[in-house]
Amino acid sequence: MTIAALAFYAFGITVVASGLLVVLARNPVHSVLWLILAFISSAGLFVLLGAEFVAMLLVIVYVGAVAVLFLFVVMMLDIDFAALKAEMAKYVPLAALIALILMMQMALAYGAWTTSEVADRLRGAPAPAPAEMHNTRALGMIIYDRYLYLFQAAGLILLVAMIGAIVLTLRHRTNIKRQDVLAQIYRDPATAMELKDVKPGQGLG
Amino acid sequence: MTRADLIAVLPEALLALFALTALMWGAFGGKDRIARPLLYATAAMLALLALWIGSAGGGASTAFGGMFVNDAFARFAKVTILVAAAAVLVMGEDFLARRDLLRFEYPVLVALAVLGMMMMVSAGDLMALYMGLELQSLALYVIAAMRRDSLKSTEAGLKYFVLGALASGLLLYGASLTYGYAGTTTFAGILAAVRDSTLPLGLLFGLVFLVAGLAFKVSAVPFHMWTPDVYEGAPTPVTAFFATAPKVGAMALFARLLHDAFGPAGHDWGQIVAFLAVASMFLGAVAAIGQRDIKRLMAYSSIGHMGFALVGLAAGSATGVQAMLVYLAIYVTMNVGVFAFILSMERDGRHVTDIASLSLLARAEPTAALALLILLFSLAGVPPLVGFFAKYGVLVAAVQADMVWLALAGVIASVIGAFYYLRIVYLMYFGQEGEGLDGAMSWSQRALLVAAAAVMLVGVVNLFGIEGPAAAAAAALVR
Repeated sequence: MTIAALAFYAFGITVVASGLLVVLARNPVHSVLWLILAFISSAGLFVLLGAEFVAMLLVIVYVGAVAVLFLFVVMMLDIDFAALKAEMAKYVPLAALIALILMMQMALAYGAWTTSEVADRLRGAPAPAPAEMHNTRALGMIIYDRYLYLFQAAGLILLVAMIGAIVLTLRHRTNIKRQDVLAQIYRDPATAMELKDVKPGQGLG
Repeated sequence: MTRADLIAVLPEALLALFALTALMWGAFGGKDRIARPLLYATAAMLALLALWIGSAGGGASTAFGGMFVNDAFARFAKVTILVAAAAVLVMGEDFLARRDLLRFEYPVLVALAVLGMMMMVSAGDLMALYMGLELQSLALYVIAAMRRDSLKSTEAGLKYFVLGALASGLLLYGASLTYGYAGTTTFAGILAAVRDSTLPLGLLFGLVFLVAGLAFKVSAVPFHMWTPDVYEGAPTPVTAFFATAPKVGAMALFARLLHDAFGPAGHDWGQIVAFLAVASMFLGAVAAIGQRDIKRLMAYSSIGHMGFALVGLAAGSATGVQAMLVYLAIYVTMNVGVFAFILSMERDGRHVTDIASLSLLARAEPTAALALLILLFSLAGVPPLVGFFAKYGVLVAAVQADMVWLALAGVIASVIGAFYYLRIVYLMYFGQEGEGLDGAMSWSQRALLVAAAAVMLVGVVNLFGIEGPAAAAAAALVR
């Protein structure tokens, strides 16, 4: 067994095991931590494939940003996950049965699986071989050149998601005091203070 | 990527730019105060694009390596979608404004949904198909839940979202299986892999999942469960939108996928589509009978009508596709008219959707009642109205494709379905004295209602010549 194969199995088993633990962990914070482990191990798998740019993205974006955000959300939300799980547990037997049947059907299909003769050639066609080109450049060519149309469409979909989130949740509340930074900066003693000359024994009346 | 690619998607690009500009204008220029001009501007933009696409001739061209197809079929579907969306926007303005629901994001989201539909009908690749479908669906989920103070509207949005996500999952799974076999996501590549008429197992699995996902989007039985709840819960102008443009988009996409990617395997998918058609026609006809809410009734009516449109698709021939397109165009016109009336239904300033409130409408509003009568007869498929010719077309296509049983089922379902349309007509003319309606129709609602009814009568002459473009569209798709 070569070192690469050994590394593959090590990372692969870690991904599967931590993925399982994400679902099984009782404490949601632990789930997120297992998720981070799953991300890092998948980054290892990408390195083995020669896709170091994607591996770094996975670490920076998913571990660095998404998982941390998850962690904050899980800690801030006051949701009793145990109760939610108990609710779900009622449906587990039926869901398991359906999953089993589906899996058996899929196994039948897998047994007789063939691919078209040209499939392998077609599959490799969009991406240049890793040795030919640096993979950041190859990704750029695919995303911004070949799939420009899809890339722009994906941008629009994300925009719709953003508009949707704002439309459905943003409420402009009146009668609350907001901080006006500019007003605070431009305050000076001349406008903010008023000097009163109080006569002794008379007060301000 | 060349200049030609960008020119091919110019209408879509312009609509996207318009939506972005409108969004900026709304966010920085006046918020909901400009919602009304923005809504009319969006409707005008959609109508202009419809004119442009409709008048642009030319053959079929593809762009972005086959991901975007611009042919007569896409143009026909796009014009129908754009006109329907523009009409629905205009007729809903008054309703939304009076209920304080007219927010500037509404026209923007509708424009983006329409953009998604245009991408769907022009898709030449599974990825482009999915992108268009998601753009459309996501915008629709949001506008379904737009009345966020209402429990029903929120529930409608959530239900639509969860089930829509499930359907998208099925569709993606099918797409991945198809890719697994064919090694490519372009329709042309899949078509090359299908070649001989027996589908290999991988493609068959992929096809079934893809069809299930799309059947959800056109709300064909047994993937229809969401339809009545969503139609009932969403604000009525949004329901009117759901019942028109997205149906055309999804049906056109359905036809595009089956013919462009799986064309030679017609007898494989023909069976599935025929089953969906029969189940939808019967469920739509039978389940609508017990409904007391007109929006729920229209939901079941739309399920039944999608069944009829699927009959055309199940025939698997150019005549079938042509009949389907004509059916969709007529269906959209009828629904625009009926919803123009439903939008005006109110009593004491509150929107009512109870069918019983239509009692003796003919005394209070003779013109509206007459127009509605014509539209309902047409929906039921009573000759000599245009709706009859729509049904006749798809049934003839089924008979020509040696599917006499399918045509017979269609006739029986149409007779059962006629009952609930006729019951409304009965109520309007001979109903019992009860609490009637007292709202007034806005000019746009009245105009669209009367225009739709007039189309049902005048169209009998030559169907306004849509058969020619529909035939050209079908010829472009079925090769």
